[in-house]
Amino acid sequence: MGKTRDESNRPLGGSVAHTLPFPRELTPESLALLKKTSPLVVELPYAITYLHSYGQDSPFFAGLTNGVLLGSREPETGYTYGTPRGHGMYSGEETEWVRLPDQGIVHAFTVCHFGSEEFLAETPFVLALIEFEGVNTLFLARLRGVQPEKASLDWIGMKVRARYLRNSQLKPTDVYFVPA
Amino acid sequence: MRPVYVVGGGVSKFAKARPDKNFQGLVKEAYDSAVHDLGLEVGRFTELVDGSVASYFSDHFARQLMAGAMAQDYLGLCPKPSVRVEGGGATGGLCFQEAWKAVASGFLDICVAYGFETESRVETWKGNEFIALASDVNFDYPVGGFYTGYYAMMVTRHMKEFGTTVAQMAHVSIKNHANALYNPYSQKGARYTVADVRTSAMVAWPLTRLDICLMSDGSAVVVLASDDGLRRLEASGAKVPRPLVRVAGVGCATDAMRLADRPHLDYDTFMRLYATDEEKSSEEIKAYYRGLWDRGFRYPGVHSCRAGRVAANMAYRAAGVSSPLRDLAFVELYDAYTSSEIQAYEDLGLCRYGEGGPFAAAGKTFMPGIDYGLDLPERPACPVNPSGGLIACGHAIGATGLMQAVFATWQVQGRIAHHFGSGTLQVANARRGAFHSHAGTGTYETVTVLEAAS
Repeated sequence: MGKTRDESNRPLGGSVAHTLPFPRELTPESLALLKKTSPLVVELPYAITYLHSYGQDSPFFAGLTNGVLLGSREPETGYTYGTPRGHGMYSGEETEWVRLPDQGIVHAFTVCHFGSEEFLAETPFVLALIEFEGVNTLFLARLRGVQPEKASLDWIGMKVRARYLRNSQLKPTDVYFVPA
Repeated sequence: MRPVYVVGGGVSKFAKARPDKNFQGLVKEAYDSAVHDLGLEVGRFTELVDGSVASYFSDHFARQLMAGAMAQDYLGLCPKPSVRVEGGGATGGLCFQEAWKAVASGFLDICVAYGFETESRVETWKGNEFIALASDVNFDYPVGGFYTGYYAMMVTRHMKEFGTTVAQMAHVSIKNHANALYNPYSQKGARYTVADVRTSAMVAWPLTRLDICLMSDGSAVVVLASDDGLRRLEASGAKVPRPLVRVAGVGCATDAMRLADRPHLDYDTFMRLYATDEEKSSEEIKAYYRGLWDRGFRYPGVHSCRAGRVAANMAYRAAGVSSPLRDLAFVELYDAYTSSEIQAYEDLGLCRYGEGGPFAAAGKTFMPGIDYGLDLPERPACPVNPSGGLIACGHAIGATGLMQAVFATWQVQGRIAHHFGSGTLQVANARRGAFHSHAGTGTYETVTVLEAAS
């Protein structure tokens, strides 16, 4: 579903209108003609600041700030999640936190040349699902240190290692991966 | 459960932007179209309706909460019962199935399922942001939330796993855009070549703009009835086309929202829980799958959609579909991306897992009688997205699944020429067909089988 990034630079706003065409006299004929009016489209800005809670996932973000990548594990079975979750998908039991390896391999990837408004300025960027030895599920992260214009299926299977932002933003992008 | 019939349907013109009407006006357009097709006055039909189900995905697009209640009011359906259904891209498919449940259970005899979305109300990049908020906002969205990106990751794995090619994906785009040339409700019919698809703007590698469905404004309405409801409609003068279209089977399933959480299961688990009846009964297919697992394939991983397979199996068993490619005359499936059409071929059992790419380029899913400009080695067997699909009809999310239901109904009724002004897209002997919808990265999926009542 996309336009190219260049189109995002197109200004949305137009002139401010102080009057609009409208019949001077309201007669049955002029009222009937109102059905031929083209739609009036206006801009309505809308902004929100959420007090978003990471809830039971909070230690993961604290871990990233401290240069530690955390996953979670079902205590009974040892099934380990590369993206943590507070309760196991299979047992329904509370999971325990585990430290994940700093190295993994690329399981799948893409290069985004376009995206949601929040990330447009960052394009092109690489998304990758990372696979870790001994971990049953994957982790979504940005992959850096590769050339976006040279995307290749050969990137799948590439060994990568985690790096951490020096100044944490308390987001999952506090960790990213680079070729090992 | 009682028998349920799809007695009518209507679709608004899908377009990039429909500023001429608000969402209530768009729903009214599809509603009136469905009612007039039944040969009834709108007021008389509305009196007969017992209740409704409303379908729209995002409160953000219309910037209106309780929009379903407002559509209900605008249609003159108050104070009849109604409920809003939401499930991402599968919203319309889920809405159809909720309306089916209402009639099948005996709660209602005549139920209207209506859906809409007005995606032009924000710029495309903001619309993509709204859609991406339907991914985990702790772990997925902040990394670069963008559904095309998520699907692109799924297809890079599919390509790596099975050798699927971008040229095979382009065949889907060419087919669906060409089909849409004969569907006046579609947003963008066109003739394209593989080169056109590959040289259009790269959005998320390897998906180009022509691999991706369209943002749309649109609405769709389906009317479902029990035997009693049908009698009541016809006693009031409704001209319900024959053959009657019966809902033969419904299936719905779910999977983890986060792609990263999808399991990677072994062969035995796949065969026990997820294989189609056709796959379970064939030694050749079982041997093929053993070979895949021997080479490291795991199911569903991020390349396949387990929810689609579970929903299909559920619907097929109810409808008595044992060999989907043979038993279904056509399928309207959820081609949000060319790659997702290829994934759905496999999930719906039209071909084996791993063979979706070659299947896309084989010819079996194309319409006869249309020159696609492609060298297709096989004859059409089960046209997929004869309407043009989401890629060319447009994807007004809450309306989409119902739009597919309407087109599927018209196929089974044999009335495509009546509605499209040309019989080019009428599938011959379309006695039974399916439609499929899809949310998230395969998070909710629905499959519904319609057939001509005997």
